[in-house]
Amino acid sequence: MDFTLSKKHEMARQLFRDFAENEVKPLAQEVDEEERFPRETVDKMAKYGFLGIPVPKEYGGQGCDILTYVMCVEELSKVCGTTGVIVSAHTSLCVDPILTYGTEEQKQKYVPDLASGRKIGAFGLTEPGAGTDAQGQQTKAVLDGDEWVLNGSKCFITNGKEADVYIVIAVTGIIEKNGRKMKEISSFIVEKGTPGFTFGTKEKKMGIRGSSTYELIFTDCRIPKENILGKQGQGFKIAMHTLDGGRIGIAAQALGIAEGALERTIAYTKERKQFGKSISGFQNTQFQLADMATKVEAAKMLVYKAALKKDEYRTNPKISYSEEAAMAKLYAAEVAMEVTTKAVQLHGGYGYIREYDVERMMRDAKITEIYEGTSEVQRMVISAALLK
Amino acid sequence: MKIVVCIKQVPDTKGGVKFNPDGTLDRGAMLAIMNPDDKAGLEAALRLKEQFGAEVTVLTMGLPKAADVLREAMAMGADKGILVTDRVLGGADTWATSTTIAGALRNIDYDLIITGRQAIDGDTAQVGPQIAEHLGIPVISYAQEIKIDGDKVIVQRQYDDRYHVLEAKMPCLITALSELNEPRYMTPGGIFDACDAEITQWGRADLKDVDDSDLGLKGSPTKIAKASDKVRKGAGEKVVPDSPEDAVAYIVGKFKEKHII
Amino acid sequence: MNNVVLEDYKGVYVFAQQVDNEISGIAFELLGKGKELAAKLETEVVAVLIGYQVKGLADKLAEYGADKVIVVDDPELEVYRTEPYAHALASVINQYKPEIVLVGATAIGRDLGPTVSARVATGLTADCTVLEIGDFPLVAVPGQEQKHNQLLMTRPAFGGNTIATIACPDNRPQMATVRPGVMQKIDPIAGAKAVVEEYNPGFTPNDKYVTIKEVVKAVSDTVDIMDAKVLVSGGRGVGSPENFKQLEELAEVMGGTVSCSRAVVDSGWKPKDLQVGQTGKTVRPQIYFAIGISGAIQHVAGMEESDLIVAINKDDSAPIFDVADYGIVGDLNKIVPALTAALKAEKAAKN
Repeated sequence: MDFTLSKKHEMARQLFRDFAENEVKPLAQEVDEEERFPRETVDKMAKYGFLGIPVPKEYGGQGCDILTYVMCVEELSKVCGTTGVIVSAHTSLCVDPILTYGTEEQKQKYVPDLASGRKIGAFGLTEPGAGTDAQGQQTKAVLDGDEWVLNGSKCFITNGKEADVYIVIAVTGIIEKNGRKMKEISSFIVEKGTPGFTFGTKEKKMGIRGSSTYELIFTDCRIPKENILGKQGQGFKIAMHTLDGGRIGIAAQALGIAEGALERTIAYTKERKQFGKSISGFQNTQFQLADMATKVEAAKMLVYKAALKKDEYRTNPKISYSEEAAMAKLYAAEVAMEVTTKAVQLHGGYGYIREYDVERMMRDAKITEIYEGTSEVQRMVISAALLK
Repeated sequence: MKIVVCIKQVPDTKGGVKFNPDGTLDRGAMLAIMNPDDKAGLEAALRLKEQFGAEVTVLTMGLPKAADVLREAMAMGADKGILVTDRVLGGADTWATSTTIAGALRNIDYDLIITGRQAIDGDTAQVGPQIAEHLGIPVISYAQEIKIDGDKVIVQRQYDDRYHVLEAKMPCLITALSELNEPRYMTPGGIFDACDAEITQWGRADLKDVDDSDLGLKGSPTKIAKASDKVRKGAGEKVVPDSPEDAVAYIVGKFKEKHII
Repeated sequence: MNNVVLEDYKGVYVFAQQVDNEISGIAFELLGKGKELAAKLETEVVAVLIGYQVKGLADKLAEYGADKVIVVDDPELEVYRTEPYAHALASVINQYKPEIVLVGATAIGRDLGPTVSARVATGLTADCTVLEIGDFPLVAVPGQEQKHNQLLMTRPAFGGNTIATIACPDNRPQMATVRPGVMQKIDPIAGAKAVVEEYNPGFTPNDKYVTIKEVVKAVSDTVDIMDAKVLVSGGRGVGSPENFKQLEELAEVMGGTVSCSRAVVDSGWKPKDLQVGQTGKTVRPQIYFAIGISGAIQHVAGMEESDLIVAINKDDSAPIFDVADYGIVGDLNKIVPALTAALKAEKAAKN
């Protein structure tokens, strides 16, 4: 066991921190207020390779590990939850499945553009009638000659409309498994601009308001036969495995939000005076801060451990990081909600005002308990692993 | 073209300086960073590299941990790093420092040497011009723009109320202002490569044409007689003058006392 | 370093900076200080005037205290360039062997000083704010010779957070660059004359003589409040956008710029980039005027590191007074215009 970061990781953290402070933080309030996708930040992140951190150099990436990527999402989320999830959805939910399940041709075609940020990625699984339950999928893909024809819709898609490349999960038939009829699910790579692929309304959200959340609509959308990702019928596995990775990204986002709220609260309680002394001088404040910091640290350990486990998986694909990812996301998300709520409370009236970042952080934190598998789903994943 | 950028690791004074409970400066609590003017110089070199295909070497003198700024520079895009470190070099003033760096630079080929104008810890702005003097090459200080034209550099040299456009034949030394540019960030992949790269380390024996009597504390003509940390101030005076005239007289009096006017 | 016979070096020499054949203010300030140091050392203060067709400026240097003026006049010296100027000053030093050489810490002096000090192989202390004659070491140390009549040079470092006093006990001359605006010039003595001596070491251009292709006089841009040396900051107490005119006038006479509190930005009186505070910019000017600013925590967090804080507020209990060096309880609408007028008058009297 060794809890010290290597020089590489220390330097990477400093890089992400500087970038977040200088480039991301000044826009965080505005992006939230105006519900605006921070394209200028995405372009800058692209320039510095932030959109291809765990991608091998041969595919135009940075050749770093998952822990480095996690620290990037964490540091960005410390100042802006929106920016954190843009990187997470792009990397974990689009680049990662192509790298893991794509053919060499698919990797060559898509990954260099994605890793360099020339293109942005997204992932479409959720449907109006099917969220966590993949068997409820209604979107269909039918093979017609050399093309798949997609019909249906996906909702709540992060990076929707802004992204250029979408991983889309669809039903490709009915199969019998152990005497039960089940939907055969496959995954596809769909490019923006394909005829029949349009966007519905933009969602107005409580938090991460700068992230672009759209409905994807497929109406006789024809994509080349070779755009199927993995084998036909492998879609459910791909989706679940992708979400395992995605959860580490969201866990990092939650961790970052919690750390950001804690940092601001520590600074605020030192400066804010009541009854003639700083409120950090009151034991209630001190104990609240102690609890917040302890939980943040525990969350960090879980998130980093999950990242290291996924790194281990990259050299040894036999192991699973599903349970670690679920624990990290469950705990970090709940800590984020708890810490941001306490942060607002310790800020008093100012905490409820938009001028102060903790107000936004509390709104941003909530989604981490919901997307890429709710906290309840994480408990299902964890308990299933315990009781198998 | 070969460019050498001289950089320094300094404590970060931005965002306030940290103090110990006794009022002295808490150097350990401050982050060690690449000096801002030096970073602008490095950025200028990296842009010249992109334009003209130069090889960029970064050189620093300091404790072994100063290798960190070399790695940072390499993670930004510098090709090689040289660390000049030796116990006998400690305690150097600007004369001894510039003598040391000149001694190191005599070992390598260069067309252009870029240093920052000044470091935020010492604020002297002396080492750059003194290196040029020791090496016998032209110096252009306070550069706010650098261009290359064949074997010449064309530099905008800043003064208080004007700038001069100067042309010098290479090799020459330029001191860079932070205003020169907005330095780039490192890249994550650059960091990984820089941490795996070899850094050349030189000691006293590697310095060329340098006398022992010109190095380190002993070789420093300036000596510190006294150093103290400025004590942080609390609330000052508050007055309730009888008239605006009294108020003005009070402020003007204080400004005179402080030599502000 | 070369061993020198310290006693061979005599006189306090001042680099009399001129630009466009007009003597810079720093030259007079250095003469004022130089005269004081020379008196203590019982020696003379000498101005070194370098340029082209500058001899006529010597009388003015005499009026400000120069006992002697050494003029280095050559066409190569028409516009400042490092090499011919360094050659000129270094040659004067080698020829005349001064004990002390003072140079202004200007954009010229901070280039010339280090080059010359390296050329004549002596120490140089940068950006000094205090110069005194005293002993080194300050207190006698057993086994170490205590030297008397040394130039003790005090300077801030670490962005003004620390102060160091430095000596140059074994080399000559003792050289310092001196921060402009710190030393006092003397009241000019009308009709004073100095011994004027011309000296030309010869100027042979080589690669170090850079070519000046263009001289561009700058028009001043709008100042970033984070770079301003003086900030005149207004809060809601200023009362109206029109009333900020008073602050602008004060800023002008102080050579500073106007900034403001969050309330002012929220009221739409001033743009956001002038806002000081937690949600605005963090500033640390040499002088910060907080005018009509109550001093809410988010404001104070952005300015408490300022070197000197002057607060004017009618509310006696405003928290801004907890961080102000000089707090004045009163009506800003009366005090600010009166202060501007008074400072203007002081300035006029000086020139």
